[in-house]
Amino acid sequence: MALKIGDYKTQVHNDWCVGCGDFGIVNAIQMALSEMQIPRHQAAIFSGIGCSGKTSHFVNVYGVHTLHGRVLTFAQGAKLANPDMKIIAAGGDGDGLGIGVGHFIAAGRRNLDLTYIIFNNGVYGLTKGQASPTLRLGEKTKSLPTPNTNYNVNPIGLAITSGFTFVARGYAYDVRHLKDLIIAAVNHKGLAFLDVLQPCPTYNDINTRDWYSGMDNLDESKKQHSRIYKLEDTGYDPVVHYDSETEFNEKLTQALIKSLEWDTKIPTGIFYKNEIISQYEKRIMDKIPNYMENPPSSQVVSSNGKPTTDISKILDSMSV
Amino acid sequence: MLEQTDISWLIGGPQGSGVESGANIFSRACAAMGYEIFGKREFYSNIKGEHSYFVVRVSNNAIHSNINDVTLMAAFDAETIFRHADEVIKNGAIIYDSDLIATKVDEVHNMDLNYKQRLLKYLDSKNKPYTIQGILDIAQERGVNLYPISFRNVLSTMADEVNNPRLKGMVRMFNVLGVSFSLGVLGMPPETLLSSIDAIFAKKQAIADLNKKTANYAYNFATAKFPNFMYRLRQVEKKSGTILVQGYQGTALGKMVCGCRFQPYYPITPASDESVYLESNEILDVKENRPGSTVVVQTEDEISALGMTIGGALTGTRSATCTSGPGFSLMAEMLGWAGINEVPVVITLYQRSGPSTGLPTRHGQDDLMFAIYAGHGEFPKMVYASGDIEESFYDTGRCFNYADVYQVPVIHMMDKFLASSVVTCKRFDSDKITINRGKLLDKIEGDYKRFAFVPDGISPRSKLGLENGIFWNTGDESDEYGHISEDPEIRIKMMDKRHSKLEYMLKTIPPEEQAISYGMSDYCIVSWGSTKGPILDAIDMLKKENINIGFIQMKLLHPFPTDYIKSLLKNVKMVIDVEANQTGQLGLLLKQNLEHSPDYYILKYTGRAMTSTELYDSLKNIMANKAEKRQVLTHGA
Repeated sequence: MALKIGDYKTQVHNDWCVGCGDFGIVNAIQMALSEMQIPRHQAAIFSGIGCSGKTSHFVNVYGVHTLHGRVLTFAQGAKLANPDMKIIAAGGDGDGLGIGVGHFIAAGRRNLDLTYIIFNNGVYGLTKGQASPTLRLGEKTKSLPTPNTNYNVNPIGLAITSGFTFVARGYAYDVRHLKDLIIAAVNHKGLAFLDVLQPCPTYNDINTRDWYSGMDNLDESKKQHSRIYKLEDTGYDPVVHYDSETEFNEKLTQALIKSLEWDTKIPTGIFYKNEIISQYEKRIMDKIPNYMENPPSSQVVSSNGKPTTDISKILDSMSV
Repeated sequence: MLEQTDISWLIGGPQGSGVESGANIFSRACAAMGYEIFGKREFYSNIKGEHSYFVVRVSNNAIHSNINDVTLMAAFDAETIFRHADEVIKNGAIIYDSDLIATKVDEVHNMDLNYKQRLLKYLDSKNKPYTIQGILDIAQERGVNLYPISFRNVLSTMADEVNNPRLKGMVRMFNVLGVSFSLGVLGMPPETLLSSIDAIFAKKQAIADLNKKTANYAYNFATAKFPNFMYRLRQVEKKSGTILVQGYQGTALGKMVCGCRFQPYYPITPASDESVYLESNEILDVKENRPGSTVVVQTEDEISALGMTIGGALTGTRSATCTSGPGFSLMAEMLGWAGINEVPVVITLYQRSGPSTGLPTRHGQDDLMFAIYAGHGEFPKMVYASGDIEESFYDTGRCFNYADVYQVPVIHMMDKFLASSVVTCKRFDSDKITINRGKLLDKIEGDYKRFAFVPDGISPRSKLGLENGIFWNTGDESDEYGHISEDPEIRIKMMDKRHSKLEYMLKTIPPEEQAISYGMSDYCIVSWGSTKGPILDAIDMLKKENINIGFIQMKLLHPFPTDYIKSLLKNVKMVIDVEANQTGQLGLLLKQNLEHSPDYYILKYTGRAMTSTELYDSLKNIMANKAEKRQVLTHGA
């Protein structure tokens, strides 16, 4: 029987603020799971701490709500032990790019086959609006006593240079587009990163829904232009098609240049996609050939309570 | 000639000069002749140059520790002579590089200033020159034999003889020279030396051949030149089923056998050797058609190491990590998460001397209280300690069972002394290990609640990927499904459910797994971990003088088995706490749980492991009523 969107929803009361962009993201996740018809027990949402951390409770698949900045460590551990699971890690920008940025970079270098979504709103919502690592230098959102004193990280650029092999950006209020991006990310063979612009109606009074839709972004004729545009509408090709350094560098460079666009034109869609770089799973298989067919979680370690592992050869070499 | 069956051999040189492989060759050769071996390694936190040494005790009786005395020393640098000449006993011998004889204290650049000053003062007090000659004169006056050999000349003569000019300058062969001279002086059969070299360099035939040639030459040189050493090692009856094993291998092999299939870790001394060894043996022989494997992952930090371990455990995989104090500090936040979510993980904690990075390559048992109290908030965990390498193999199996059965994080306490010792012991017996996965489910029907309230407090456990087994985890307090709940009634029930496990553990873990008592008397030592070895040997020495001291080795340290320990100590008049830390942490636990502080403390926190000799001396002082309440041991460079 086909699984409907409703099957991926829990009964848990959602306590996000009215108008929060997170609703769009969790809807897109549920839509994507249903469109892909992933059996509920084969999917898991891991989440970090903060408003976005609650995501795992709202989706009716395995849900692991972890620690501030640590979501990728748990998610990768689970994936390594059971590579058959479809795993989506979700977290905030403060969570993943502040306290968790070391794990972010390390995960990129590994390139395990999972999806990481950052709910990016420029503020720490659950602790009442402090500046997050993506908030621009000098910006003063309403709960900041003085303008932000730090330069911002560039999540897309950081992901590309850290080794993520699928890098995209979505917008929380374009749920269908976001759903498509999530599906593409989950289907990608390797580590996928999705930066989702998610206006915080309570604390970020600069990058608001109106700001993204361009209420103040006027041309000479006073016509309003949405800041958000889609890369795919411009003929942009993010895919690394063949194994050549030139091709790699070209695709990396164009993605990095795109990642710098902000203010009046903000690209969404897929920036970069590379399935030529090997997944971490394949790198393990170079050492452990049957890793995928007999991963840690499937191994039979005992029979009637007795170990099945035979260390006699090792002990022989230690015998005197 | 004196038949000697208990000797202590020391090899020393700069870090990176092959001290460890020299010691391995010697240990293996002695073990092959039927002797028991107890070897320990001491080294600085340094890659190359600082003083490193290995003491190997050889006996045909059961031994569990090192002693103060050195019977024979092979020194291929000046610092080794300066630091250890005084440990060599009367009638013992020092084999040393004669080219060093005029070396002045000031010329030994790695030696720290404090030590140099003490040394100069000492030489001054004995009216000796500030040179190797000076320190060796003192030894000779005590009756120590001096066996000078020019290491360079031996290499050079041999190079000419075998027509291999490259050998002349190969100072990295000094370690093999030192070992070979030693075996020659001790009159051991040359074939033990050669086969030991073969075994150590099994994977590098060319290196083995060169080493064997050198060894053979040096061996003959020493037998011809120094034929009259009092101590000889001849073949003794060999016990079958003996292995020569290095500390960290006990837990690693235990992990393989008991089904640990996932070990993320972050490099740290002295723990990483275990992970590296696991990875070197990642493909496992399993009694089924396909081989098994351990996935070992080097992570970006210790937080990630435990995070990944927990992620692995959520899939039903037996998962572990290993670390030492500074790494364990970082893991504390993860530990609490595992605690509230009742995730079975094993953390093998190889303690070293703190605080902070402290003495990074030295021994200590400073982390007992930290292990017990690690993590904010209140949650059940288990702290379990092994006393020696053989125990560590079987205890690893137990720790995984405890983790699974009680669904708690288990901290398996090891330490640097255990990690870097080399010992002979009975071949590990996998048949003695049982695997109990507790309430881990393979099949689920109907409504599933991961944290269901059940009478014994341990809810049946699902795993990621299991049909109908969907659960939620959160670091927040949760309801039975695992969804966040701040409901006051649920809070009380959940807290009580989790904490009820501590009582349940004490009720269900057999007493012999909680603590071991080695004979009782009016006087009783209470200790934990690697002090076991020195304690057993010191007790034996005292027994020969008709002094009986009992010993309780604590293994389960948290939850504390109060009733059982009380019953063991019922008729004891004096309790002596022995530990490798400054504050007597077990003593504090005894006070907390038994409402009775130990009467005496014997503590060592120089970073060097206790010897049975110094422990014996200290215990004798206590017995003779000549001791302060707190004894501090100091032996060892």
